Amino acid sequence: MNLLEKLDAAAAARKAMLPDGVGAFGIPIEEVYSATEAKIGERRVLLLGTNNYLGLTFAPECIEAAHQALNHEGTGTTGSRMANGSYYGHRALEQEFADFYQCSAGIVFTTGYQANLGTISGLVGRGDTVLIDGDSHASIYDGCILSGAEIIRFKHNDMADMEKRLRRLGNRTETTLIIVEGIYSMLGDQAPLAEIVRLKNKYNCTLLLDEAHSLGVLGETGQGLVEKTGLLNEVDFITGTFSKSLCSIGGFCVSNHSQLDQLRFVSHPYIFTASPSPATIASTRAALALLKNGDNLRKQLWKNCSQLYERLKTAGYELGPEPGPVIAAILDNPKQALQIWQSLLEHNIYVNLILPPAAPDGKSLVRCSVNAAHTTEQMTYVGDTFAKLYQQILEH
Amino acid sequence: MNESNYDEIMQLLCDRLNSLTNSEATVTPETNLISELSIDSIKLLNLIMEIEDTFDISIPINALADVQTVDELAGLISRIKSTH
Ligand SMILES: Cc1ncc(COP(=O)(O)O)c(C=O)c1O
Repeated sequence: MNLLEKLDAAAAARKAMLPDGVGAFGIPIEEVYSATEAKIGERRVLLLGTNNYLGLTFAPECIEAAHQALNHEGTGTTGSRMANGSYYGHRALEQEFADFYQCSAGIVFTTGYQANLGTISGLVGRGDTVLIDGDSHASIYDGCILSGAEIIRFKHNDMADMEKRLRRLGNRTETTLIIVEGIYSMLGDQAPLAEIVRLKNKYNCTLLLDEAHSLGVLGETGQGLVEKTGLLNEVDFITGTFSKSLCSIGGFCVSNHSQLDQLRFVSHPYIFTASPSPATIASTRAALALLKNGDNLRKQLWKNCSQLYERLKTAGYELGPEPGPVIAAILDNPKQALQIWQSLLEHNIYVNLILPPAAPDGKSLVRCSVNAAHTTEQMTYVGDTFAKLYQQILEH
Repeated sequence: MNESNYDEIMQLLCDRLNSLTNSEATVTPETNLISELSIDSIKLLNLIMEIEDTFDISIPINALADVQTVDELAGLISRIKSTH
């Protein structure tokens, strides 16, 4: 089989599972009306498949800031910060992230994916070990592979399994980086951070927490799981993305370790890529200010999360273990998942369809992302539609 | 490499794989884990976890990427075991 034939074989396997035009890759979005609605095909559809947790995609403050930056600094930086220098906005945003997390320093990356790639591959290398949760995001896996460190996985959120693996590492724990996420993107559950911190300290490791889905969502000022649990000072490195609650694109790492700065000189995903555009940085800075003071947004978000989670649960769906902005209906059978996903779209509701092997444990997921801009009426409509489909499709 | 250690591992792997696989053919050291055995990836992952517990080791997933045959898997486990 030559290279192109191998791709043909992979495409055939994919099409056997998913007909063309179905699933996230096939969805053409023709027009975006608001943080909660868009035109898909000929339909006006309710969006429950985005990570727009605070509903800020059309926040006037962010749009205005981006306009200003475009007018004053142009469309792009056209290069890496190593070669082309750091704009005022890059430096200001790094300071703002450091201040937000009461850390000594922060680094901005061009995407959230690169924040994990760059931080992990900068912190560990050949001969070191990474101990990661089995449900980790691909950016964490890829960062570990890029680093050359030995990758050991523990069962998702299973602290007994994690401790067993720490014990097996013996005196290598000193060069071990533990990596966990604030909220996991598949089932929406949170990491048991207190226990993770206890083990990290007992075995003398370093801890990296990815707050991608929890930034803006958890904690009084939206820092994420570190704030909700009061464990900010126990986490060595925090990464996150601008692409979810901050509604732009980019990523960051903050830390109190002075060694963070060294990443700028060794981390390829930081050095060998163009820096974020001025408009992106400007809208992110405006969004971060809104996020910090977004108490009302978080209240509305959590009200929506609880409403939909409870409704789906009473309708009979198997869900992740706790309510949150990611609510996934877990199905044994990919055909049923596809049928529910398609029927939801026919009812003008867009959610995410996740099939094996992307979904954990061979299951299939119909996953909703709730946001603060969704109204109670919209949540009621979505919940009622899910309930109707449960009876029509799953009780047969 | 400690020979008896390797033999013990090979025996255990063959036994467990024979009971898991649906195919008629018996498992030998040369059997290719991915292309010759009709075991789904979840069962294989569970088997790996069971082996890890049996020998009280962790098998790094990047080391697993180089493993094709039962012999290679037994060799990997034996190497990890002996460095503990
Ligand atoms: C846990 C986690 N980390 C990192 C990322 C990467 O972020 P981005 O899509 O902004 O590159 C994502 C999202 O895709 C994620 O879910």
